[in-house]
Amino acid sequence: MTEQAGTSGGDATVSITACPNGPLLVRGRFEILAPAGEVIPSRRKTVALCRCGISTLKPFCDGSHKAVGFTTEPEAPTGQPA
Amino acid sequence: MKLPGDRGPVSSALGALLTNPEPAAEPDLIRILRDTAARAIRDTDDILLDEDLQSALYAAYELRYGGLTGVDDAWEWNADVLALCAAIESRFEQALRDRVPMPPLPAPGVDTVAAALFELTGADTGPSVSRYLAKKATDEQAREFLIHRSVYQLKEADPHSWAIPRLRGRAKAALVEIQADEYGGGRLAHMHSELFARTMRGLGLDDTPGGYVDMVPAIVLASSNMMTMFGTQRRLRGAIAGHLAAFEMTSSLPNRQYGNGFRRLGYDQSVTFYFDEHVEADAVHEQIAARDLAGGLTEDEPGLVEDVVFGASACLFVDSLAGAALLTAWTAGESALRGGTLEPTVALEPAGALS
Repeated sequence: MTEQAGTSGGDATVSITACPNGPLLVRGRFEILAPAGEVIPSRRKTVALCRCGISTLKPFCDGSHKAVGFTTEPEAPTGQPA
Repeated sequence: MKLPGDRGPVSSALGALLTNPEPAAEPDLIRILRDTAARAIRDTDDILLDEDLQSALYAAYELRYGGLTGVDDAWEWNADVLALCAAIESRFEQALRDRVPMPPLPAPGVDTVAAALFELTGADTGPSVSRYLAKKATDEQAREFLIHRSVYQLKEADPHSWAIPRLRGRAKAALVEIQADEYGGGRLAHMHSELFARTMRGLGLDDTPGGYVDMVPAIVLASSNMMTMFGTQRRLRGAIAGHLAAFEMTSSLPNRQYGNGFRRLGYDQSVTFYFDEHVEADAVHEQIAARDLAGGLTEDEPGLVEDVVFGASACLFVDSLAGAALLTAWTAGESALRGGTLEPTVALEPAGALS
């Protein structure tokens, strides 16, 4: 979550915030397209996109990353390999 | 909403004062309220489960929201009503400070506080109302669940909105972003309280605000009262930020289960949309609440770390007690509603335990 992106929500620039161990938050004026090009409707201005692969609402996040222990950060040196 | 029914001497004395038509009687009614409240606050066994005190506080607080039918709005800022609130709040907050488990405090900052909050909320081992709803609940129990939740959810988001003018910078922007979505982003039909009302109607329930307040036990009122107490006092702005973060962070996964439960019972999207919407919305909100709101607040005001964590842990603690009230009754084959009737129950003991 970058400082300037934080919660600026301006319409001119799209910002994508990579949340540690979680989704990508997208703010701004954007469209999400399905493979055939049709627009996937979004119900809100800021959306969270799944990046753990487990969400049942893909492309949106449904919080499932927490249930499967998804991590985005490198493991600590003493930890198990990811 | 209508004035809640009496649950003991304090709620009775408050109701008598607020509906008193005779100015000459007011000094006596104020004295009775002050005396009964002082006694009840001194003698209560457990203020979280105190039917009379939580009901009186809920009624007094309602003056700050939608008001009470037949009661002059001027009572909101009446010194005696405010003194009643302050007296109950003092005991209530102390009970929470004494009993809410506190994990080790993180250093102030976005990453540290968000990580601590994710750990705290991920470790929540409270009773699982959501699993029960998904797998076992009967139609009647699903209705009772909605009745319990309606106390807060028909004014969903309002208690946390009090914090907006008390915050600044990154935390304020984050709170406004979350709340705007809670209120439907300008679309009335998408306002979460409206979605909840639609779900209630889908099960044949009355969606009038406060319509079922008399049927829920004290701990459900305490859960709502705690939010208002945190939200309406500037000194507790850390606690209300932490509360919202924990609330959002324990919402997505349970709401999927709730939606599945109502689908299992045969309800269509007009009923389940509220829950399905929260799966998606709160997966967004929890990131903003943990990082920008709670974490951002501690970056701005490092001295608030303890209260942020306290508010989050208090949310988990009280809501787990409220969940236990449902599960305990249901697993015993009983109703989780007080009296099982819409009629106000009178002559309850002031410090009554969960019925």
